[in-house]
Amino acid sequence: MSDTAKEFDRRPWVLLAPSLLAITVLVVIPMSFILVYSFYENIDLAVDRVAFQLGNWQELLTDGYYHIAIWKTLRLSVIVTVLSAVLGYIPAYFIAMTKFRHKWLLLLLLILPFWVSFIIRTLSWIHILGNKGALNGLFMWLGLTEQPIPMMFNEFAVILGFVHVFLPYMILNVYVSLEGIDANLEPAARTLGATPWQAFREVTLPLSTPGLAAGGLLVFVLTGGSYVTPLILGGPNDFMFGNLIYDAVVSELNWPMGATLSFTLLVLLGLVVVLYSRFMGMNQLSKAFS
Amino acid sequence: MRAWGLIRLYAILVYVFMFSPIAVVLLLAFNNSQFGGFPIDGFSLRWFYKLAENEAIIRAFKTSMVLGLLTALVSTTIGVLASLALVRYRFRGKDLITTVLISPVLVPETVLAVGLLIFLRWLHMPRSFGLLLVGHSIIALPFVVLVVQARLVGIKREYEEAALSLGANPVQTFFQITLPLLLPAVFAGALFAFTISFDNITATIFWRPSGMETVPTQIFGMLRHSVSPEINALGFVMIVITVGIPLIAGGLARYFSRKKI
Repeated sequence: MSDTAKEFDRRPWVLLAPSLLAITVLVVIPMSFILVYSFYENIDLAVDRVAFQLGNWQELLTDGYYHIAIWKTLRLSVIVTVLSAVLGYIPAYFIAMTKFRHKWLLLLLLILPFWVSFIIRTLSWIHILGNKGALNGLFMWLGLTEQPIPMMFNEFAVILGFVHVFLPYMILNVYVSLEGIDANLEPAARTLGATPWQAFREVTLPLSTPGLAAGGLLVFVLTGGSYVTPLILGGPNDFMFGNLIYDAVVSELNWPMGATLSFTLLVLLGLVVVLYSRFMGMNQLSKAFS
Repeated sequence: MRAWGLIRLYAILVYVFMFSPIAVVLLLAFNNSQFGGFPIDGFSLRWFYKLAENEAIIRAFKTSMVLGLLTALVSTTIGVLASLALVRYRFRGKDLITTVLISPVLVPETVLAVGLLIFLRWLHMPRSFGLLLVGHSIIALPFVVLVVQARLVGIKREYEEAALSLGANPVQTFFQITLPLLLPAVFAGALFAFTISFDNITATIFWRPSGMETVPTQIFGMLRHSVSPEINALGFVMIVITVGIPLIAGGLARYFSRKKI
């Protein structure tokens, strides 16, 4: 394809047109709409009025309920991200460094959870922690307790559910960055007198931070935007910001408030993404797919 | 190497953590007990029979299948075209375009769902199956683009150039050279899109018209009461479909590629 550079080449734009059109109509325009809609006034169930007023925003800023939800969401997202990193790094390291002949099997097992339905994986924890769950069954069989111990419908169960569902994203991203490290570097550090731990801490760990950061971003943003997991595994007090959006839109049919909350969540999580891309760039995120 | 032994043990424990809850669902699907939990009363297939008679679930299942297949078709078609543009052409603003194409992943799904719903409301359009289709397609699009793009980079351009120099036009070249070489990636992308659609609940709850259920929203609705044994049986079926199809497809692909050599 020897086109002269001077002439404007229309072909790539023709190929891109359907996708760009779809994203514009289905993502970009709707995102601007939630901002516009946040100034509308809610009158009654599912009835709102075109207006430009700050009532929704005022409510968001003054009502402590919303602040608690933001705080809880932030706290939970941080906890889930840290736990995923702690739980995920070592298995990723193991898969990357093992001399096991059937390494493909370990990788396949790592991809497998992505294919198992999210809702099934989430509700499966009821079978582990619930009153009729595996743990209570075991405890009662061992005679440790007469009555089932309540372990469900609390923050712990929600955290466990999140970590279980999002951990593969972390492991995969860390694994990809560990795979990309020159295998001679750690031995080189060792011959220069470093202990195995020093070699890991000074060479491997810093080189794998891009993967750790990419995995962390995904886990953080995915957790921060959730509402289904707390509904299934949490108690009445374990709501997140996404749950307020769900309540406003699905239960109260208060669209302007739903829009206000959605826009807020978009900005809060968007800030995290922007911060990430300032330091890391967006390339690392797509590496896990190749 | 005691440290390595510990690392291995740790990794095994994490794998156990990831798989034991899923294994429990698979196990409990065959539990004879009328409650969806422990203890296990005995082996039985009765919940699968119950499942096959449950019309609401069958309907949800059909909806999910049709939705998943159409989503795969739509997002793979436009995703392949976009990937071709990104890999095969040079143009200004490519980085920006790539970010835009991936943007649906970066927007929280809840926000994406509410945004689209409000836009539709402004247009005075009701929720419909069409909304679910375009919505799911846009959620799946970034994944399709990433998968297809990664594969397309590995296909040598010389093949296409050879076809062009032998007198094929670009469209012929695409259908006779590029597409066959790209087929595994197209297939992987389509499978990915199907799984994403089949599994989606976060946005689906917002977008579905009243009275329409997909399998995940149906399960979600059933969970309101308790975990019934039917849900376990349904979970078994879903896992077999979403894990089995890619495994078989991957296995077949390996088998045929070996045969050729």
